Amino acid sequence: MHEMSIAAAVVGQVEAAAGAAGAFAVSSVRLQVGELAGVVPDALRFCFELACTGTVLEGAALDVEPVPARARCEPCAADWDVGMPPDLCCPSCGTAAAELLSGRELQILSVRWEDGPARAADRVPIHEER
Amino acid sequence: MCRVVDLRQAVLAKNDLCADDLRAELAGRGTVVINLLSSPGSGKTALLEQELLMAGARGVPVAALTADLATENDAVRLARSGAPVKQVLTDGLCHLEAGMLSGHLEGWLPPGTRLLFVENVGNLVCPASYDLGESLRVALASVTEGEDKPLKYPTAFGLANLVLVTKTDIAEAVDFDEALFRRNVQQVNPGVPVLLTSARTGAGAGALLDAALAVADGAAVHTPVMAQQHTHHHDHPHSHSHSHDHSHSAVPQHQS
Repeated sequence: MHEMSIAAAVVGQVEAAAGAAGAFAVSSVRLQVGELAGVVPDALRFCFELACTGTVLEGAALDVEPVPARARCEPCAADWDVGMPPDLCCPSCGTAAAELLSGRELQILSVRWEDGPARAADRVPIHEER
Repeated sequence: MCRVVDLRQAVLAKNDLCADDLRAELAGRGTVVINLLSSPGSGKTALLEQELLMAGARGVPVAALTADLATENDAVRLARSGAPVKQVLTDGLCHLEAGMLSGHLEGWLPPGTRLLFVENVGNLVCPASYDLGESLRVALASVTEGEDKPLKYPTAFGLANLVLVTKTDIAEAVDFDEALFRRNVQQVNPGVPVLLTSARTGAGAGALLDAALAVADGAAVHTPVMAQQHTHHHDHPHSHSHSHDHSHSAVPQHQS
């Protein structure tokens, strides 16, 4: 159950990015979680809510984008879904996969937040604000 | 004004960078780390006791750090070998992280240590995600745990550079099907070496020590397929494609 550590890392990184951008009130975080990342999305959501408490992320939603694990066979020049448990040997020729194409992702993709009024003057106003 | 900002930050980037720093720092001191992962009770400590004793007999400077949620029992056992041993109590945390390991090594790791064995918390789930700056990651399974253990814990076995089977002295009593176990290991980690050991009979004694010494001497280690995906260290958006003519893995290769 290392989802708490993962959640704390996500919150820490978003806090740092929000602080640097002068943003406040993060409303959602989009996270890519690969099938082989070793993280359980439901457990992560539970921990995320706890980890957000008392931070600029308080009440933020966690959107998890699952990524299926796929591998590539060199001789067959083909890709396949490795499944769970993963089979990293080519289903056609049986040789070891040359590479895992996807499935180990554990990445913060994007964050939705409110820009802080204190830094509003520092920015070039975007279209909607004019 | 509400807006969406692209971050594209690997969640474990901080740990991975810390692990890379630690690996480089230790390499500079002539030390390589061996990270041992297994479920509780699979025989990490018994195996390590034997390997530390052999290292002592051969004059190889080794040290061991053992992590548990509670008790110093493992450190007491390992210290009987005469090697410097440190017990880390995680107070309930299920895994070690690179920063924690680095902190524990500070002021403790004896100069001239060739091999540092890290006995991770007994757990096949969480420790698998954390690079500790090791040059050799070993997953262990005892013959009593079932031949499908690698399939049940695919990231732990899938990211290992070496797999060790322990307690082979009771393999027959528990009907351990070695061929099936090997097939399951190959499914999640094709090509990974599998070695058989028994701390009780001494079968396979020194195999771990030899593998670790080979890595310390610069031998290439097996690169797991699962480690061959570019997911780490990408703290900023990339638009170019990566070339794949170099080795770059989540469980990094020995560089010295």
